[in-house]
Amino acid sequence: MNERKTAPAPGKKSRKNGQLKEVWRRFRKSKTAMLGLILLIFVVGIALFADLIVPYEQGITQNVLERFQKPGGAHLFGTDELGRDLFARIVHGSRYSLLIGISTSVCALLIGGLLGAVAAYYGGWVDGVIMRLTDVVMTVPPVLLSLAVVAALSPNLRNLLIAITISCVPSMLRLVRSVVLGVVDEDYIEAARSYGASDMRIILKYVIPNALGPIIVTTTMNVANMILSAAGLSFLGLGVQPPYPEWGALLSDAETYMFRAPHLLYMPGIFIVLAALSFSLAGDGLRDALDPKLKD
Amino acid sequence: MHKYVVKRILMTIPVLLGAVFLVFAIMQLTPGDPGTLILGITAKPEDIAALNHRLGADLPFFEQFFNYLKGIVLHFDFGSSYRSGKPVFDSILSRFPTTFRLALFTMLLSSLIGISLGIVSAVKQYSWLDNLLTTLAMFFSAMPGFWLGLMLMVLFSLKLRWLPFGGVDSWKSYVLPVITLSLGAAASQMRLTRSTMLETIRQDYIRTARSKGVPEKKVIWKHALRNALLPVVTSMGMNFGASLGGAVIVETVFGMPGLGMLIVESIRQKDSPVVMAATLFLAVLFCLVMLVVDILYAYIDPRIKAKYQA
Repeated sequence: MNERKTAPAPGKKSRKNGQLKEVWRRFRKSKTAMLGLILLIFVVGIALFADLIVPYEQGITQNVLERFQKPGGAHLFGTDELGRDLFARIVHGSRYSLLIGISTSVCALLIGGLLGAVAAYYGGWVDGVIMRLTDVVMTVPPVLLSLAVVAALSPNLRNLLIAITISCVPSMLRLVRSVVLGVVDEDYIEAARSYGASDMRIILKYVIPNALGPIIVTTTMNVANMILSAAGLSFLGLGVQPPYPEWGALLSDAETYMFRAPHLLYMPGIFIVLAALSFSLAGDGLRDALDPKLKD
Repeated sequence: MHKYVVKRILMTIPVLLGAVFLVFAIMQLTPGDPGTLILGITAKPEDIAALNHRLGADLPFFEQFFNYLKGIVLHFDFGSSYRSGKPVFDSILSRFPTTFRLALFTMLLSSLIGISLGIVSAVKQYSWLDNLLTTLAMFFSAMPGFWLGLMLMVLFSLKLRWLPFGGVDSWKSYVLPVITLSLGAAASQMRLTRSTMLETIRQDYIRTARSKGVPEKKVIWKHALRNALLPVVTSMGMNFGASLGGAVIVETVFGMPGLGMLIVESIRQKDSPVVMAATLFLAVLFCLVMLVVDILYAYIDPRIKAKYQA
């Protein structure tokens, strides 16, 4: 009995491994996808090993004598209006940008994914209600929706997370709904149902695994958008507040002194672009690698 | 056809009402009551209570909502600013033209660039030009608009001194903001045009046209483009909405007194009636643009036409 239960496992596992290997092989073939992956490792590496790269103290120690230093010399990217080392601030700021980007995308995925899957699976009036509500939320352009939420809740890191998550939920919901609708109509779901499998089992065992590809891809790309949205709100002074070195907040500071020290504007922006680019390139590559229609 | 148009217009009404409700409900989350916000925390409690009563802020939530809605629908009354006491609608009207021009020029410029480059990219798929264009599009979509704006400002206003720094003194003031918003928008427009165009080129009727010996130019311009552009038309509407949102940040960067800057200023001053009204105004505008786009779409797309003519 025991043997029979465990017997299929190795075969199943190796099939799964085979699929992953196949996806990886196709991912590797795309130059832009690999560039995205390298950038991603670079950016995540900076965030993970920030303390080893440069101590945080250098980014918060104020030294008025060394303010507005040009890049190079003792300060790789120069210093800001309080003489703080810009390089250290950018390196440690990566933690904010990445955490914000990843956590909000995952939250939007969980909320939007759950609602979208429920709408698609049950259909009927449940679907109707959820979709009409989504239509309403989508009437307000995402940036404006985030701004309204921040305006109501007062600007800080937590509310920034709430605001940009909400603005991302409707599009995620629509995506998951359409993907699940595509899966629900498949014959194997019909077959599972005729065997008497419960709704929960069908959702966990068949619907989710088969809908996973496009959802992972979009979530990866959402991280890029969320990094950009968060930077924008922080730039307006409505997101992460100074003195925390989030990249958008760094630019907000730098804008004040752009006549005196335009060099403070360059690096934070370049890092935002690199971070956003890494996620969108990797997501794009993943989509192509997962698409069986593009099989070479 | 009229039936479709009427149906589409009627469908817009509940969505608009929903949007008003959503924004109203979000703004109700603001801690503190209007009386305290207007008079300050040092004011006498009875004065605050009296003001709250006069403003109707002590009524139950739904009653407040219906009063607000009634004011908008019957008298275009969006309430008064907490700070200046003046009707919000006046400041919205005076700020609106700047934002509208910005979004309109952006939509036109980005569509021109995005659609034409998208077609080129699709027709020459996998050429060096296609690779260059798709890489550039990727790059510009990953760039925050406000940073691009700042960079353009450093280059053209600070270093070269060709264009003004901000404000809206002349048409020159619109050049940098429009370019800033258009590059990002054009990038997404280009990617969409490219992918719909590629999808269309793979269709059977294109193969049929080619195998009939129709010249390649005619295949692209007449057979493929007409069909590929249908989803692109909708995306122009979405693009307009995105520009309205993007305008909020870009207006602030360039110091343009539009609705976006009004929203940001009002958030900083905790002036919720202004934030609420300006946000709603932009959402309604976006909704109406999508309505116009959908109706236009119905006239271009023979499938919808046929459905309603039968």
